[in-house]
Amino acid sequence: MRRIITATVQNRSGVLNRITGLLQKRQFNIESISVGRTETESISKMTLVVEVEDNQKLEQLTKQLNKQIDVLKVTDITDKAIVARELALIKVVSAGQLRNELQGIIEPFRASIIDVSKDSLSIQVTGKPEKIEALIELLRPYGIKELARTGMTAFLRGHQPQSAELPSYSLLNR
Amino acid sequence: MKVQTKPGTAPRIETKTGADLLVESLIKQKVDILFGYPGGAVLPIYDAIYRARESFTHILTRHEQGAIHAAEGYARVSGKPGVVIATSGPGATNLVTGIADAMIDSLPLVVFTGQVARGVIGTDAFQEADVMGITTPITKHNYQVQHVSDLPRIVREAFHIASTGRPGPVVVDIPKDISANPCEDEYDDNFHLPGYQPNIKPNPLQLKKLANALETAKRPVILAGAGVMFGSASEELRKFAEKHSLPVATTLLGLGSFPGAHPLALGMAGMHGTFTANRALYECDLLINIGARFDDRLTGNLEHFAPKATVAHIDIDPAEIGKNVTTHIPVVSDSKAALQSLFYHAEFTSDHDDWLQHLSDYQKENPLWYKNPAKEMVPQWLIEAVHNITNGNAIVTTDVGQHQMWAAQYYAFEEPDRWVTSGGLGTMGFGFPAAIGAQLAKPEETVIAFVGDGGFQMTLQELSVLQERQLPVKVIIVNNGALGMVRQWQETFYEERYSESLLQIQPDFVKLADSYGIQGYRIDTQEEFIDLLPEVFSYNGPVVLDCRVLRQENVYPMIAPGKGLHQMIGVKP
Repeated sequence: MRRIITATVQNRSGVLNRITGLLQKRQFNIESISVGRTETESISKMTLVVEVEDNQKLEQLTKQLNKQIDVLKVTDITDKAIVARELALIKVVSAGQLRNELQGIIEPFRASIIDVSKDSLSIQVTGKPEKIEALIELLRPYGIKELARTGMTAFLRGHQPQSAELPSYSLLNR
Repeated sequence: MKVQTKPGTAPRIETKTGADLLVESLIKQKVDILFGYPGGAVLPIYDAIYRARESFTHILTRHEQGAIHAAEGYARVSGKPGVVIATSGPGATNLVTGIADAMIDSLPLVVFTGQVARGVIGTDAFQEADVMGITTPITKHNYQVQHVSDLPRIVREAFHIASTGRPGPVVVDIPKDISANPCEDEYDDNFHLPGYQPNIKPNPLQLKKLANALETAKRPVILAGAGVMFGSASEELRKFAEKHSLPVATTLLGLGSFPGAHPLALGMAGMHGTFTANRALYECDLLINIGARFDDRLTGNLEHFAPKATVAHIDIDPAEIGKNVTTHIPVVSDSKAALQSLFYHAEFTSDHDDWLQHLSDYQKENPLWYKNPAKEMVPQWLIEAVHNITNGNAIVTTDVGQHQMWAAQYYAFEEPDRWVTSGGLGTMGFGFPAAIGAQLAKPEETVIAFVGDGGFQMTLQELSVLQERQLPVKVIIVNNGALGMVRQWQETFYEERYSESLLQIQPDFVKLADSYGIQGYRIDTQEEFIDLLPEVFSYNGPVVLDCRVLRQENVYPMIAPGKGLHQMIGVKP
């Protein structure tokens, strides 16, 4: 099962290595990982998307992460109400006459063209991973020359519905 | 910079180097023994140690691996962190086996490694190795010092992390310019570790659940691990077991946590454990694990491990609970705190006469056994003879393999913290240097190193330390001319194809000891051994005994790989 885990960590050299090394040592599969600073100086936040076999493995993962001295907090937010976003840059083969057509395709995704050259153009799209997947599929027939994705970053929504309101809300495991 | 005023002299400015700060911090931590080996990147540190030589005993081993295993032995019997110093590059990489060993067996170590100067880190400089990268997965935590003024705080943190919660090794990597340069900034050693708050107090709700389970259990059993001794809870364990008539099986590393000759003692469980201990774990309806990590050598095939039991697990490391075995009652706690609270939560007393009788019948029908021809040296007999002459009270260290299992089976420990062995990592060459560390920690005690002829040859250069310090360690080589456990598996599982496991060529261990100025004896018969033992143990100096034991002897009983606790072989002659 895919899980979204956030970890608040001390922003020290080597901390990313500690986390990825730990996951590798314990044979966990990382689908994506994104790291960045937070509102507090010296503290960073990581968002990990991992593939785990079962709940027992998931529990091991969070416990092992928690054991790291530089890790302050670990939360599995998969089943919470969350805001999750990813950014992708897509370079598409494009002769001049196709640009309007491509513009039409990306517009509903609120994506934008950020670079244009003689035979290609680059598109930036932000959103949930599913939305990005969908756009990539639509663009694939035109010929994708290069694709770069940031991996997901996420946090909890300001309001968490009671479990009765939203029994099994999950972004990934619907 | 600090202004120092000496009486009668003008004030003078004294600037301390990183190495001075390190030595100061070690004194503050009440470190009295250092195990180490000098080299280029730690020259400033060794110079500061020279200046402070009144404060420390420095044990110069002949290989860094010897230093770290000695520190492990020291830590295991003293309960204090073992302190190791090695230089950069090869000095540091030679420590890796010991660091991994201490990690998996939860031994508190603080390891200082030299590093090339900050300006050349990352340039493949002379004797540079990525110590942080190499040791991250095998340490509880590690540091590379980036500012001289951080050093006192880092040292204090390192000792705190190594010795609290679940103990473990901490590496502090010190670039040469950090130790050599003066500290110009203000410094203090106050620390705050928001990500490290080990929980030692048990949750009363879980303890209540455990007490309820205990009240209704018909076939309860305790599994005692090394965590009992890390928590100094042996006394509490004995009282708790007696109050509720609970039989106690121990893990390999838990030997000594419960008196070996106690009527409730079942002995060691696991691959080469006793039949009764393993059957008790298989048949029980309540399993109370205190400070053991359900290692695969203990559990055998997990499908057949305690299949009918409610499992309670008391461990200071939450990640151990539920890792291998599904746990119904998790108690995250220090072993002593949990046992003390359990006296309060389980006020009733219990007897389990039928269950205890059942186990006692098992013990009578299936005791440990070996064939004794009464002339040649039988390894099991050898361990028993040493047990008898030392009344089961010596500190015993071992290497890994057959002799280790025989020592675990036949040297019934009555007291905690007397058994020093490499359990998790299974490190050959561990036993002899560990005995050096144990003897330094307990100079008055009898320390015996049972080693194999294979393992001893991995670290025997430390005989120099015995000679130099005149440490009265008794090295008993259980010499079967083979890597015995490898040979046993090849006999059992590989149709007697003894691939590279027979040590045809060996040094003359007696002459070898002699060349180090140490008394050595070769022993071939039981009679010779019995005659010699009183002399060996009354002599207050080092002795090496080359005991030629029966070569074809195997360790039994045994759970073959992939089998369950109830599928032991070699239970009867």
